[in-house]
Amino acid sequence: MPLIPDFTINQVFTQPWSTTQLITWNLQIILMGLLVCWTCGLVGSFIVIRRMALMGDAISHGILPGLAIAFITVGSLGIGTMFIGACLAGLTCNFCIEWLHTNTKIREDAAMGLVFTSFFALGVTLISGNAGNIDLDPGCILYGELGLIPLAEKVEINGTLFGNRAIWTMGVVFICVVTGAIVFYRQLLISSFDSTLAKSIGMPVKVIHLGLMLTLALATVASLEAVGVILVVAMFVFPSVTASFFFNRLSFILLSSFPLGILYTLGGFHLAHWLDCSIAGAIAVTATLLFIPACLLGPNGGVCSRFMHR
Amino acid sequence: MNSLPYPIQVHDLTVSYQRKPVLYGVDLEIEAGSLVGVIGPNGAGKSTLIKTIMNMVRPNGGFVKILGKSPKAGTKHIGYVPQRESVDWEFPVTVMDVVLMGRYGHLGWFGRISKADKKMAHECLEKVDMLSYANRQIGNLSGGQQQRVFLARALAQESSIYLMDEPFVGVDAVTEKTIVSILKSMQQSGKTLVIVHHDLATAKNYFDHLLLLNMRKIAYGPTPKVFTEELLQKTYGGRLTVFSEMASQAAKQPEIETAKTIGE
Ligand SMILES: Nc1ncnc2c1ncn2[C@@H]1O[C@H](COP(=O)(O)OP(=O)(O)O)[C@@H](O)[C@H]1O
Ligand SMILES: [Mg+2]
Repeated sequence: MPLIPDFTINQVFTQPWSTTQLITWNLQIILMGLLVCWTCGLVGSFIVIRRMALMGDAISHGILPGLAIAFITVGSLGIGTMFIGACLAGLTCNFCIEWLHTNTKIREDAAMGLVFTSFFALGVTLISGNAGNIDLDPGCILYGELGLIPLAEKVEINGTLFGNRAIWTMGVVFICVVTGAIVFYRQLLISSFDSTLAKSIGMPVKVIHLGLMLTLALATVASLEAVGVILVVAMFVFPSVTASFFFNRLSFILLSSFPLGILYTLGGFHLAHWLDCSIAGAIAVTATLLFIPACLLGPNGGVCSRFMHR
Repeated sequence: MNSLPYPIQVHDLTVSYQRKPVLYGVDLEIEAGSLVGVIGPNGAGKSTLIKTIMNMVRPNGGFVKILGKSPKAGTKHIGYVPQRESVDWEFPVTVMDVVLMGRYGHLGWFGRISKADKKMAHECLEKVDMLSYANRQIGNLSGGQQQRVFLARALAQESSIYLMDEPFVGVDAVTEKTIVSILKSMQQSGKTLVIVHHDLATAKNYFDHLLLLNMRKIAYGPTPKVFTEELLQKTYGGRLTVFSEMASQAAKQPEIETAKTIGE
């Protein structure tokens, strides 16, 4: 079996769109992919400019036991309980790190390394230990299964079906994130760039930070079924880092999440059809493939432009 | 005459980091309209004093009052120019974005940047001669240009008090001149300015008041009274001979001598 299967236009581009049934199925996947990329791209831009990219990584790992316990006790992937579980786990994580850091000789970075990995390990143990008796798939929570999103149950209000629950949830979270980014743009910008100035003019810097962290947790939980807690970090980090090679204003970087999200989703979708692999994985690979030329050729601090300026 | 509260009042201020005292029993009353230079060796606690006034560091004892109010309520009257190292120069903002941030304090939570705000930012950039760089990312500027951007932001804040931490570090001679003349014209329009400075040779020409600081307040007062060999020696101690030599040379210059005799 070859490492890379043969590329045929028919199989990669035509076949997924050949029947009405396939089209409805695949459109749901594409829509979910877009919503995940856009939501995470926007939230991630604010995380990256605060130099907290690794924090996003750590938090998405640390909330796993909360997700597992929420799922096991309630038995559904509903956003409400999962979000509460995630927040509680995140806060506990934070508390443990603070405690270790102030009451023992362990330094902060080591404390973070210890706490986040042990929480992640606990989460993995809980999920795999309970995989037998309830339909909780460790693979799905860790890596996501965008291809199976159309199977999520339908939303039902007064007997009328309104379509896919996972996509609705993601859509609502997306709208909240867009609204938040527009309404609180100035607050987020100034508290990220110069927290002293923000504080001195009376902005509640800590509340803004907490709000951003909660949004990070919310975006992670909503994208969970699609991309999982590991690949979600790629969705957070890649768009803004890639865009930063082309633009030097935050507003442009935020807007770049939209075209990049389209490229990632369509690219990843078709790449997955070619290689017959996980769509979420293929989206992250597409993001990497787009990042590399941006990093090399980008006019704003790319390798080539730096070389030429010497 | 002194019925108005002091712009900055510091009383018996003690600050320490992890139990290591950095400032000890500092008393200070700065009058409105002063242009104050804060002088002292490295590690003397100059930045710490500024940060404590800005409410970024919590004191262990004593208090700070800004226009008679607590720091929490008072900092909105202060324009702060941070030390260069504490700025993230890679941050995706342009020169104009940074200067507009100076206007944020005048908008409410949901207020929008108005035409008047933009015009004001324009004028401030013009004053520091940086208008042609308005759309540059702040990392793509020289040290002097970066410092001028932050000065323009401070001007846009229209505060009554300004604190600046080493605004002349990493700055070319032209920029230094520009900054000094802007500081003096700010003083003339009634602002109170407190500037951390490290160059003794220029200090006596730049400021009308000096604070000599080395963990404790060594002296505070009008420049001619405070800029004396004895007090500078006391500030820089024996441990920095280069500094103390510079100090004594500077203090021996005639204009200061005459000023001193007049003062006494
Ligand atoms: N965040 C901090 N934590 C611990 N020690 C600090 C911190 N900031 C400053 N110091 C120490 O406090 C002393 C005074 O620092 P600083 O106020 O920056 O001095 P200056 O600005 O006069 O050079 C120095 O010895 C410095 O090492
Ligand atoms: Mg300093």
